[in-house]
Amino acid sequence: MNASMNAALLLLTDSRLPAGGHAHSGGAEEAVRTGAVTGPDDLARLLRGRLATAGRVAAALAAAACAHALTTNDDWRELDAEADARTASPAQRDASRTQGRLLVRSARRIWPSSALDALTTALPGGAHHPVALGAVAAAAGCTPSDAALAAAYQAVTGPATAAVRLLGLDPVTVHRLLADLAPELDAMARTPATADWADLPAHAAPALDLLAEGHVHNPLKLFVS
Amino acid sequence: MGAAHDDQHEAPGPHGRALRLGIGGPVGSGKTALVAALCRTLGPSMRLGVVTNDIYTTEDADFLRRAGVLDPERILAVQTGCCPHTAIRDDIAANVDAVETLEERFGPLDLVIVESGGDNLTATFSRGLADKQIFVLDVSGGDKVPRKGGPGVTGADLLVVNKTDLAPLVGADLTVMSRDAGAVRNGKPVLFTSIRQDQGAHAVAEWVAGVTDSWRHDHPHDHAHEHA
Repeated sequence: MNASMNAALLLLTDSRLPAGGHAHSGGAEEAVRTGAVTGPDDLARLLRGRLATAGRVAAALAAAACAHALTTNDDWRELDAEADARTASPAQRDASRTQGRLLVRSARRIWPSSALDALTTALPGGAHHPVALGAVAAAAGCTPSDAALAAAYQAVTGPATAAVRLLGLDPVTVHRLLADLAPELDAMARTPATADWADLPAHAAPALDLLAEGHVHNPLKLFVS
Repeated sequence: MGAAHDDQHEAPGPHGRALRLGIGGPVGSGKTALVAALCRTLGPSMRLGVVTNDIYTTEDADFLRRAGVLDPERILAVQTGCCPHTAIRDDIAANVDAVETLEERFGPLDLVIVESGGDNLTATFSRGLADKQIFVLDVSGGDKVPRKGGPGVTGADLLVVNKTDLAPLVGADLTVMSRDAGAVRNGKPVLFTSIRQDQGAHAVAEWVAGVTDSWRHDHPHDHAHEHA
């Protein structure tokens, strides 16, 4: 199924959505600090790697959460545990739950729905961000494919923007890098939502885990993660 | 967290919650010193919480904790991803989360101060985050600054011009600043301070106490209605 471009999806993925996402770099700040990313070429590799690992997992989780929200409201803790099991770094778990909590709080006022109520009741401290994003996508009127696309898209746009801010990179060059990833983003949106959660993909990215853990100990950090 | 209200489809109502006071202004104008002064002067009579948004994560929070003016647990720091104005104006989610966390942990509170990261003259707090806001300038930026206006200078509920002790040294004319500020602010209050000389910032604290009292009067806790 192709992602159907619609206004709700645009609103959901707009960086102006007031849900706290602007303060997360997805490891980019630590990559810049440690010298792993110094310019557009390094950044392109970071984005490609992130999309193939954390992005792919987030997309699958978001699609599953969206499909779940469209059918039933139970078992949110179970799906969230699947996200937990696929997030090795404690720092990433914290960042993911914080983003999920802030997203759902804003979304409940923008797109009120029983699914978001149930999700909040089940996980008052915050669902993992991809799970939250999938549920919010459903509330906004998006499909599971839309949710997957939104999750994959945000997996690369956050670090890309952070690198522009931190390194002063040419924003047009960086947007070109994102445009180059469009076919892969579209491909992720075509991945069917998995009904059996145990079969959700679990691509690990140890380097991203290490970046997330290192970031916590940076006393001069500007981003939450 | 932040789930203390029954109807979460709406912004949590103002009744029974603390006044949320935003403090913004350029880097180095004395925002953190003002927060410390307010905690010093108002702390004995008010239940306070503080959220800091500084460029380097916890620097201002650490300064306040070291100053010993408030229980360190009542000071939360928010990271803004290089964009201090975004965190107080366009995407206030993390700051609202921090304010609600403080109210949940230590509430009921009378006043929660949200200190913005140092920014420029266009900074202003969203009404979704701050009920009242103070903009802090200092004289060493030059006496032309109030004339330049900007949402912070023109729109803040109170304009504070700090470091008046430096005015003779930097050639700043306080009369000019006062006249210009009055002109662009349509009569809204302006206070001149030197927090270095008055570490309790008493005139500002008096204004804050006044707006906090009014807030409490206009937005009583729900129990007040029940027992009325």
